[in-house]
Amino acid sequence: MKLYVTDKDGKEHTLEGTNDWSVMEVMRENGIEVLAQCGGSCACATCHVYVEGDWNSKLPPPSEEEIGMLDGAFEVQDNSRLSCQIKCSPAYEGLKVKVAPGSY
Amino acid sequence: MTEIHKTDAVIIGAGPIGLFAVFELGLNDIKAHLIDILDRPGGQCAELYPEKPIYDIPAIPVCTGAELTTRLMEQIKPFHPVFHLNQMAEKLEKIAEGWRITSDRGTVIEAKIVILAAGGGSFVPKKPPIKGIEAYENQSVFYAVRKMDTFRGKHLAIAGGGDSAMDWVINLQPLAASLTLIHRRDEFRAAPDSVSKMRALVAEGKMQLKIAQIMGLKGEGGKLQSLVVKDDKGESEHVCDTLLAFYGLTMRLGPVAQFGVAMEGELIPVNTANFETSVPGVFAVGDINVYPGKMKLILSGFHEAALMAKKAFEYIHPGRKYRFQYTTSSSDLQEKLGVKPDERAA
Repeated sequence: MKLYVTDKDGKEHTLEGTNDWSVMEVMRENGIEVLAQCGGSCACATCHVYVEGDWNSKLPPPSEEEIGMLDGAFEVQDNSRLSCQIKCSPAYEGLKVKVAPGSY
Repeated sequence: MTEIHKTDAVIIGAGPIGLFAVFELGLNDIKAHLIDILDRPGGQCAELYPEKPIYDIPAIPVCTGAELTTRLMEQIKPFHPVFHLNQMAEKLEKIAEGWRITSDRGTVIEAKIVILAAGGGSFVPKKPPIKGIEAYENQSVFYAVRKMDTFRGKHLAIAGGGDSAMDWVINLQPLAASLTLIHRRDEFRAAPDSVSKMRALVAEGKMQLKIAQIMGLKGEGGKLQSLVVKDDKGESEHVCDTLLAFYGLTMRLGPVAQFGVAMEGELIPVNTANFETSVPGVFAVGDINVYPGKMKLILSGFHEAALMAKKAFEYIHPGRKYRFQYTTSSSDLQEKLGVKPDERAA
């Protein structure tokens, strides 16, 4: 699937999202700056992204744990997610995210 | 004058690899002190995922980060490691007998060798990504409470929704001139008892609870005048003179970068035969090192610690012949561990 990522400098990247990988892993693999300090275990809130367009309503909703972890993120919005908790899938072809402040 | 601790090895970082390094060094008759910025051993296992399961520790099908730490502490007990917690290793200097390490709390340790087991760096408070916030830090913006008196008579805002925020709301409310807790949602990930106390203070009119996020600061010369906050209705200003922000901790490499060892980005290249850095007598094990094929796994760090300890033996016991032994069969090692397998079998 194609994944569009806006990095900390506002530059947009088109990435190839490997099925079943998390968006965080795909970003890291492609050298997009994202702290992701806990390595993807929903334990640190440093892979915070904004899900853009109408993708927020199309993705499965965040777990209670993810919502709780977002307490440790900054400038949280309704479309805030932890990118380690979004799994790539053909159903999300064209997913668009932006790395949030505090996660780089 | 500050007391100088003298030991064989100083380990910077008391995460799982630093702890296991104590074990491997101990088997080689090497005493160790550890320095860690957290208030307890365990590193990321203690801070990030104490309750999360780990499935890839050999022979332990599952344990949590906290359990792994407890088990390692039990395993290294025979070697009586000395912990210097709540402090960051700040300075590393070469001295004739080895190294002098000074912490940001003034602890001085002299050791023959140094083991950098600092993982992703020091856990430090997360700072809101607000431009110019540095100018206010330690004057009107704080991330920790060193002296409660600092907040006496202040118009205080506390940000956060966890235990630190709750604890300090409860403790500082009687001192502050006014107190507002600012959190992004009306739910708190803290001990229910503390949350109840906070809610009672709000109900009694002794403090305010504001469901909002901090977007900016206004003030002059490091003196805070108000916070720009955002809620459902948009942005507004909240007047206060002091902010205490509790957004959890984040890892920053910190002073290790200035220790004089060769770096590759934020990582330390090592010789994989002995996990020594570019500087003889200074080793790096665990997540902080890098070498071809490196995998950031706890089990890799354990292996690295064993090879490091073998080389360390040369520095600490020059002239003594290194003897490779198994804990299963060596009465020498068993004596160090304080075990008597014959009795156990009986």
